[in-house]
Formats: sequence, C-alpha cells, structure tokens
Amino acid sequence: MRYAMAIDTKKCVGCGDCVVACQTENNVPHGYCRDWIVERVDGTYPSLSLEFRSERCNHCDNSPCVRCCPTGASHIVDGGVVLVTPHKCIGCGACIESCPYDARYPHPEGHVDKCTFCIHRVEKGQNPACVDVCPTNCLHFGDLDDPNSAVSLALKDRKWKVLAPEAGTKPQLYFLT
Amino acid sequence: MKTRRDFIKISTVGVGAAAISYKALGSKGFGLFESKLEGPVSDEDLTPYPTYCEVCFWKCAAWAYVDKKGRIRKVLGNKNDPHCNGRLCPRGTGGVGMTYDEDRLKTPLIRETRNDGTQYFREASWDEALNKVADKMKEVKEKHGPEAFGLFNHGTPGGQFHHLLRAYGSESNAEPAFANCRGPRMSAYFSTFGAYVGSPESTDIRDTKCLVLIGSHIGENMHNSQVQEMSEAIDNGATIITVDPRFSTAAAHSSFWLPIKPATDIALIMAWIHVLIYEELFDKDFVERYTFGFDQLKEHVKNMTPEWAYGITDIEPEQIRRTAKEMAGAAPAVVIHPGRHLVWYGDDTQRARAMAILSALLGAWGKRGSLYFAEGIKIPEYPQPHYPETKWGWRDWNGDKYPLATMGITTELLKASIPRLNYEHQVKAWLIAGTNLPLAMPDKPLFKEAAAAVEFIAVMDTMPMEVTGYADVVFPEATYLERYDVIRSAANREPNIALRMPAIEPKYDSKPGWWIAKQLGERLGLHDYFNYDDYAEVIDWQLKKLGTSLEEMKKIGVKKFPRKSGPLYMGEGEDFEFNTNTGKIELYSVDFADHGFDPIPKYTKHPEPPANFYRLIYGRAPMHTFSRTINNPNLSDLMSENSVWVNPKVADLWGLKKGQEVWLKNQDGAITTFPVKIRVTERIRWDSVYMVHGFGHANKKLSRAFGRGAADTEMITNVMVDPIMGGTGMRGNFITFLKEDPALNRKEAKA
Repeated sequence: MRYAMAIDTKKCVGCGDCVVACQTENNVPHGYCRDWIVERVDGTYPSLSLEFRSERCNHCDNSPCVRCCPTGASHIVDGGVVLVTPHKCIGCGACIESCPYDARYPHPEGHVDKCTFCIHRVEKGQNPACVDVCPTNCLHFGDLDDPNSAVSLALKDRKWKVLAPEAGTKPQLYFLT
Repeated sequence: MKTRRDFIKISTVGVGAAAISYKALGSKGFGLFESKLEGPVSDEDLTPYPTYCEVCFWKCAAWAYVDKKGRIRKVLGNKNDPHCNGRLCPRGTGGVGMTYDEDRLKTPLIRETRNDGTQYFREASWDEALNKVADKMKEVKEKHGPEAFGLFNHGTPGGQFHHLLRAYGSESNAEPAFANCRGPRMSAYFSTFGAYVGSPESTDIRDTKCLVLIGSHIGENMHNSQVQEMSEAIDNGATIITVDPRFSTAAAHSSFWLPIKPATDIALIMAWIHVLIYEELFDKDFVERYTFGFDQLKEHVKNMTPEWAYGITDIEPEQIRRTAKEMAGAAPAVVIHPGRHLVWYGDDTQRARAMAILSALLGAWGKRGSLYFAEGIKIPEYPQPHYPETKWGWRDWNGDKYPLATMGITTELLKASIPRLNYEHQVKAWLIAGTNLPLAMPDKPLFKEAAAAVEFIAVMDTMPMEVTGYADVVFPEATYLERYDVIRSAANREPNIALRMPAIEPKYDSKPGWWIAKQLGERLGLHDYFNYDDYAEVIDWQLKKLGTSLEEMKKIGVKKFPRKSGPLYMGEGEDFEFNTNTGKIELYSVDFADHGFDPIPKYTKHPEPPANFYRLIYGRAPMHTFSRTINNPNLSDLMSENSVWVNPKVADLWGLKKGQEVWLKNQDGAITTFPVKIRVTERIRWDSVYMVHGFGHANKKLSRAFGRGAADTEMITNVMVDPIMGGTGMRGNFITFLKEDPALNRKEAKA
C-alpha cells in the first residue's frame, strides 16, 4: 500500500479551498497552514503560461525529516504517510530545515505540524478533506498499488512531474501537466 | 464638511460595556481554536444541520457540523445540491468564520450626540432600537407618505425587509445587483430571447464543446457550479476561448486567450458575427426558423471585418477568424457566457445584446451544451393580505430615462434622496439590509451627499461595515448559520429547493432578519403580514404545500422535483414561440428601436487613459465576496489585502518595485485612503492596472480588514451610465501612482 496524491494543474484555479478545508478539518490555527497554493507565471505578455499548484507534504519515500528527527516524533506509518507525534516532538526544527518542500511549520503549541493526508479520514475509507472539497475536482488521492484507485487512474494517461526530484526524496505528490 | 449626521466608525463607541466585551476575547487567537490541542473530530461526533450559504449569491446548500460543545466545526457542501454538488468553494468552507468573527455587531446601536456636538453610538436594547425605527417609519408615512422610505437590499435578509416595506406601502427599493452588476444582461437577453438567463445562469458548460468567456473570470469568481462545470469541460476537451486584457485564471486554462485592448469588446463580437455570416458558418436552419432581423444584421456588419476589428481590439484578424470557426465547429454546443458583472462602459446592454446575437447565430440557445431551459419551484405564498397600492416607486425616479430597467437603480435612489436634485418623488429615509454601499457602489461622493441628506438611516448587518457608520440605528443580524430564512428556490436543470435552519443559537444579542422585520411590522400595525411567531412556521407551511415538510427537509437539506415544463432542450426543428415582440429571437430589436436605441449593437469608441494614467480594471478573488468577507478570520488568512497589478514595463517606467506601497489617484483627483502594494506581473496589459475589489476598509473595528489594501470603488468617480437600463459603467476610470504619502496634499485638495 502506498498513498499518494495527483494534482491536476490543468484544472486547479488556485482558489485556496483546500487550504481552508484543511484548516477547519484539522484545527490548524489561523496564520498557519498545512497546504498552500503556488502560482507560477512564465513568459511575457501576451505569450504567457500560468500554473497553479496545491502543495503540501510530499510524504516522501526517502524522507529527510524522519531521518533527522532526534526523538522519533517524525515517523512513517502504513501506506507511507509521514506523521509527527506532537508529545514526542521537542520543536527543535531540524525537520523543518531538512524539508525541500517547506512543508512543515512550528505549531504555536510548541511542536512541529504538517499534512497528515488526513489519515484519520483515510483510515475510515474517506478522502483527505482537501480532496473532497476541491471545486474543480483536481485532487486525486489513493493507493498507488491499487490500479483502480483515483490516484492510479489519474496518473494513467497523463504526463506528470514531481517537485525537486533532484533532492532524491522520492516525493509522492504528482503534478499532472 | 460638517453634516447633521457625522460618519461614526463603530470603533469610537464611547461605552465601557462595549469596550470590555471586545477585550474579553483576549488578543490571542480568533476564537475558533480556543482549545488548541483539539485535533480533528470524527464526523460521527458532529451533528449536521442543513443550510445554504450566504457568503455569496450562489447560495450553495450545505451542512453545518456542530460538535458536542455546540460549536460549528466545519461546513460541507450538500452532495444532492446542483449549486455545489457537495463541494463548497473556499468562501463557503470558510463561512464558519463569519459566525465566529469576534468583530461582529453584538447589540443594537443608536446614534447619540454629546453636548459638544460630537456623535457616537450607544448600545441599546432591541425594544428601544426597534421602537425608534418604527416611530420614524410612522413619522415618514404621515409627513411624506410611506413611499418616501427607501430600501437598499441584497441577499436573503434583504428580502425580509422588502416584504416589510411592501406591507408598509413602499416600493422605493433598489439593490446593487441590478444597476451595478448584472442588469445589462437582463435587459439584453430579455429583448433578444424574451427570457432571462437566471442565477445561477442556465449555462450548459458541463456538456459544452466551446465555452466563450468575454471578460468573465470563472475561477476567480467562484460561482461554484460553473467553476465545477468548467473543470468538467476541460476534462471533456472543450475549447475555451477567453477574451480579457488580463491573463486571468480562466485565460490560463483556455485554448485561446485573446488579450484584447480594454473597452473594445463589441468590435470583436461584431467581427465574429461578420465572419459567421459572410463565411456562411452560422446555423442557417436555426436562424431562418427562429430569428427576426437577419437581413438587417447582415447589412449592419458588412464592413465589420476582422481587419476592421484588428485596428480597434489589437486581436489579429487570423485569431478572430480562427476562434469564430472554433465556435461554428462546436455549434450549437457553444456557451457564450452572458457574464455577470457587466457594467463597464455604459454601452453594456448593447455588448450583452451582441453576445446574445452571437449565440443565436450559432443556434446556441436551448440546445445541449449551450443554454438550457432551467426550471424552478414556485414557493407557495404564505397567507397574507395584498400589499397596499403605492402612489409611486422606483420606476418613477427614472422618468423617461432607462426605459428597459426591470429593477430599481441604486444611483437613482441616491439621487432621489438629495433635495437639490429636485426629483419629483423624493426619498427621506433609508433601510439598508445586507449591502455595504460605500464600498459596493461607484461615485462615493454621491453616496455621502445622499446619506447626509436623508432624515434617517437604519442599517442591518452582521459586521460593523462602513455603511453602519452612516446609520442612526444599527441592527446586529444573526449570521446565516444562526437563523431560518426563506426557502431557496433557483431554477436549474432539475427543480429543487433548499432549507436553511439555525445550526446554533445566534451569538451575542444578534437576531435573524425575519425577526427584525416582523418586530418592526408588529410595531407598525402590520401583524397580518407577519402572522407567525417563528419563521419556521412559514417554512413548514410552504414545504407542506410542496409535498414535503420541515421535518423531512431538516434531514435532507435539498429536495429535487420532477420537471413539469418539458425537456431541458429544444427538440429538433420544434416550433417555438419566443416571448418577444415578434415571437422570434430578435437579432434586430424592435423594442430597442421603439425606444430610440440602436436596434443592432454598434461599437463606440471610449476614452483612453491620458498620459501617465492607466485604466483601472477590477475583479474578484476566489476566496472573497465583495467587501463582506475581508475580515472573516478564515478567509483573511488566505488573502488579507489586495495589490495593484502592473505590467513590468510600467513598473520599470515608474521605478516601482514588488511590494512597494503606493497611493492611487484617479483622473478626477480622488486618492485612495490607504496605500496598496504593487504586484509586478506580466498578467496585465501595459495600459491597464488590476485590483481585486472589496478591500480598503476604513473601520478600525474590522481588526483584520482595516487599512489592508485599497478600495477600487474610491477610484471609480466617473460613472458611464447605460441609457437603456441605467447600469453604472465603472471601467472608464484611470489611475496614476503616488509614491509619497499624499496625506498633506490631500488636505489642500479638499480645501
């Protein structure tokens, strides 16, 4: 089992609904976020391209944050989901520094926080909150080992890219282009 | 200038109690996350209550999930609702922030004057505030007649006050949604097809092969089901053609982006029409069978070639031909989106007419993938006496002007309130419900003069919006998550209704709009129009007439009904009578000709920016609705201020840097109250700038919104009025940059 997410940049409008849905679902304090939108513009007027990306933790196969965590608070569970156990976290911030995606932030309670792929929902067979709310239906989640999962189907006939492949982290967010 | 009614910022409430209650919440956090360590709550531990969203006008049906402590944890879309299909937009998802915004209006407020002449708001009981407004309504009725009491309204709560005013004897109402927004297309589509496109618009984007957006920025306006259907259209490989001087989100997702020179859209559309006709690409059978005036149209567009349009629009002739052919190839499955906020240059009804004519030539009406025949449910009228006759109403302000206006014009209501303008029918007092006029309307000086002139203003809102500062009495309204409201019924593919009920009790001393209207009604002796104790009784009575009940609707939220008006689309070659003068689709408008307007649209050249000025284009951001969401804790977190977009060439010329704060000054010398940050981006033309509307709040009590960004409406002092329906064209304003704080110069300018 390998959970992953595909994000369709041809459809994303960068509305930020994924961000609000995550905040309300996971009680993320205002001023912080576990997912965010990147807008990238290339070219000069009027030969332009624009890409919106809904980004979050890449739940990397080779995750530097887990390797560098001195207390074992950062860990990987079934399906490859990277999690932080708040009461084990001493807030040293090494994981924040090590992440090439800037996916982690210091929670005001003193521990580090990040996207959990809404594991509490996934365990019940639901999608992450961001996936279920997206008005353009541009987020696809599921098990890569299941050829019929939403993420497998989304990746099947499309070109995709991952972010910072050079970091060697084997990220599990796939951006459909 | 000192007026009888000084503008009061609610921040200056001079009452100890108010100050304490504001502080009581503390400075840390915004109230939503008081118990910090609480993680996500399992859906099974939450109780869902049906509602429909009031953060914008799309009114998506949703479930508000309440935890065991009585707190709304999240709001999720109702899967059975065609407005949202179970997926709310960011504003709907963040709608809970409207309820838990600690800056909300908390108690009724009454304007008072101190001995030294300064004015302030005093907290009052509901009884006192209601009596004061009711007494004033009685007084106006006796002195001037009930018609002299005007109403500005918007959204669901506005409807309750509309009912109150009608029962009281006034039809002097106007809402910005008409003359400041979608009025032009109402008049245009009605005169062409004898029908309106409705809200949500009956655009069959889901099944279209070609979607044409003329200045419509779907994706930045989060008109939910349309955004969803555009996404489906992308999946289906539909061609999307976007016409916009700005590289909008929709433009980025389009097959063709036509970066048009602003104010020239009609020329492009007429050139498209020329290509369709003279290259014989139009739907001949459809045109012959259903339209009137083709020969006149053909003659009219004879010289409106793509080459002619190129010189006007900057769009290459080949692009014009190619996109016309794309449309023809996809016809009739083409959606020429009728647009929503159309009031740009004062000839907007004509532009919308051109869009309607283009649709007709493509046979793109009543066909799969074009505009479908929507059907709605008529909500049974709760028993009440007839409304009294009125001696005059909003139509009478227009006189011979704006003959095709179908609703009250906000600027006319303002003008009718100013004695020096000598309107025959003058308005002496206002109720304002659910609209923040100073930020919503162009020409702020006009608003200020009118507000100073009327004898009395009562405002109902959930937030201390700027408009409350002009009020004599402020009513704090409960948010949509705390109240019953009218049953939602909007025409759609499948007729449907949605229920809104309170998920929690109203916070603070706020009350639902229906309750406030009823209390006033009772005090005015209008009990027969408010013959219920709780609005739930009205809803239940209506639902039972519709074959359901409040009890059932509480469980399902949305109910769909079978269609009765026939199929969604026209049959092949079906006889069809259009509700126009000729019974046909009027390519040549008999109605317009009768009223002395161009029966076929013409391109008119509009003024261009003078040297060192740039055309102000404004629009929406997906996480905000006008000015009403800027202070919402959830949504301000996504976007807390606007910026002014400038092309890198312009930035170079002015030496402007990313993030630099500037003040804007327009052609009439108006200067923004607050500075706004520069965004240097290729996404905007070099002759224009772009701002997201709704920012630049001047009330300190809006702790997150105050002074964040600048208000586009402050720069809109030149209003180009549409002679056909009174639309207030707002895109004829030009701005320049002030790099230094103009505070000192500003004083001189005022003097």
